[in-house]
Amino acid sequence: MKRKLETSELIFKIISYTLLLIFSLACLYPFLYAISASISGRTAVDYNQIILFPKDVQFDAFARMFNDNMFWNSYSNTLFLTFYGTVWSLLISILGAYALSKKRLLFRRFFNFFLVFTMLFSAGIVPQYLNYLATKSVFNAVGITDDKWLVVIAMGMAAMNIILLRNAFEGVPSEIEEAAIVDGATEFQVLRKVFIPMCSSTIATVALFFAISRWNGYFWARQMISNSNEHPLQVFIRLKLEEFTDSEAMAGWNEVYASDSVIYALIVCSIVPILVIYPFIQKYFAKGTNVGGVKE
Amino acid sequence: MAVKATDFLILDQATGTYRENPEQIVRDDVEKHHWRHVGETIAKDWRLYVMLIPMLLVFLFWRYLPMYELLGCFKVSDEVKPVSEQLFSGFSYFKTLLVGGTGLSMEFWRALRNTFLLSFYGLLFGFPMPIILALFFNEIQSNIVRSTCQVLTYLPKFMSTVVMTSLVTMLVKQGSLTSGMGIISQFLSSIGLISQEVANAGLLNNPNYFRAIYQISGIWEGAGYDSIVYFAAIIAISPTSYEAAQIDGAGKMSQMRYVVLPSILSTIVIMLITRIGSLLNIGYEKVLLLYNQNTYVTADVVSTFANRYGLQGANKGLASAAEMMNNVIGMLLVISANTIARKASDVSLY
Repeated sequence: MKRKLETSELIFKIISYTLLLIFSLACLYPFLYAISASISGRTAVDYNQIILFPKDVQFDAFARMFNDNMFWNSYSNTLFLTFYGTVWSLLISILGAYALSKKRLLFRRFFNFFLVFTMLFSAGIVPQYLNYLATKSVFNAVGITDDKWLVVIAMGMAAMNIILLRNAFEGVPSEIEEAAIVDGATEFQVLRKVFIPMCSSTIATVALFFAISRWNGYFWARQMISNSNEHPLQVFIRLKLEEFTDSEAMAGWNEVYASDSVIYALIVCSIVPILVIYPFIQKYFAKGTNVGGVKE
Repeated sequence: MAVKATDFLILDQATGTYRENPEQIVRDDVEKHHWRHVGETIAKDWRLYVMLIPMLLVFLFWRYLPMYELLGCFKVSDEVKPVSEQLFSGFSYFKTLLVGGTGLSMEFWRALRNTFLLSFYGLLFGFPMPIILALFFNEIQSNIVRSTCQVLTYLPKFMSTVVMTSLVTMLVKQGSLTSGMGIISQFLSSIGLISQEVANAGLLNNPNYFRAIYQISGIWEGAGYDSIVYFAAIIAISPTSYEAAQIDGAGKMSQMRYVVLPSILSTIVIMLITRIGSLLNIGYEKVLLLYNQNTYVTADVVSTFANRYGLQGANKGLASAAEMMNNVIGMLLVISANTIARKASDVSLY
């Protein structure tokens, strides 16, 4: 039997539905607007005639992007940084977290503090910059002149992610580990055959966090990578935005599409790959926030 | 750091009693009384320590060496010499920043104030939003409608800061001879919230609107995603709790007050500690990407101040001193927030 709603409950429900609907649409609207503006004609964009749907459809702004070698270059640089960066960060984090999860590790509390302290106190951007310059000269001295590798190796370690992994490894029952050791597994085999498969979902979550922070990395990539051919996508977008919002430089704009359309097209291009993989990674994202809870 | 009982005790499955963890005893014994056996113990278990080394090196080189570079704030800045060879200058940079009485010290105080205010308003307006959203999500019975709403509200979180700020910049941009103002400015001025001139000059060029833009874009970006944690806590509440409250005559509001809120209180406390702790560690990227010379009055934070003087200018020592103060206060805030929370509610982060 269906219970009759009380008045207060009904009012609250109506408010919930309305506000949620408004908020959801507000979240979606800028994306829709960006898509419409990127494929609309010049007058429609320049004089704000688009509310939601595109007008005088053209694809020249996209064509301009796709014909720009720098765009593809920056895309491949971002893929490079994301792939190697994630692999590097994940490898080091898994090894370190595994060692930290073992109770028999000597000076375990010190090592834990060594990690957690970096979450409490950071040196700040100027000392970090000086440090990167120093590392860069060391890297150049040993023959690594490619700034991308410096970014891959030096950036993106996060103590929080290591702690997430450590907590997951601690949750593996010790009997399983003992069984593997009895069967003659070495330390590395235990890690590879027991711990990694058993904590695969946490590892996926952490890998996702690393990948996202690499994909999104902007500030240090711009500071550290001097060669503009090696700039990742985020830096490319920002430089284009700075160039295209300079109204004096844009005064002589003479195309069938608005200069704004190029920026919107760029924004759309950078969001689309994420939207494509979004359904597959969403569950790991949701999980990650829950495992980051209280421990020690 | 808190020590868990399970570090020392293991549940003996056979007898159902606790016994001491032998690994723990060996470790404590070696650490405290048998220093000579440290090498031996490590050699026996060398694989474990080899695994630890890469992580320690990365953190040492790129997290701890910068802290050594930070000592440059006590030395006379020099472009060529490393920190160890620079001349000692004591607290002169700190004096310049704190009590210099010059434009520089005013700028620093302004940056410190802005840092605090941006975070504080974030706490005031941004913090409750995910909780409210989670309560709303809980009201929607239809799974399809709810997950659609959730997916839509998580979406902005998946953009990078650069893309998000680019979008914001475009939506509130100034009008010029060749093109109109951004669509949001247009909308706000047409409903009369802001005047036509202000909108046409570009909202990001107006210091009065920087904080609002910062907070609203923050809520737009993060509220949906942050609500996951609270929503997970709410759906974990047993339906019997609601039924019991209903039998006792509780209406919707009373159920909120006496069933839902107490159940998610610990989650709220944890989130609040993190927020209070990071009051001074706001993301500099977003400010850096949104601010410009016109909005320094409300937008300039300590990190961007340091960026301007240390990276774009040449005054590395001064910039380091500013960051040093900011980060030390920030660390004290984290630790004290955590201690208070642990005393008050047994919930803590570290």
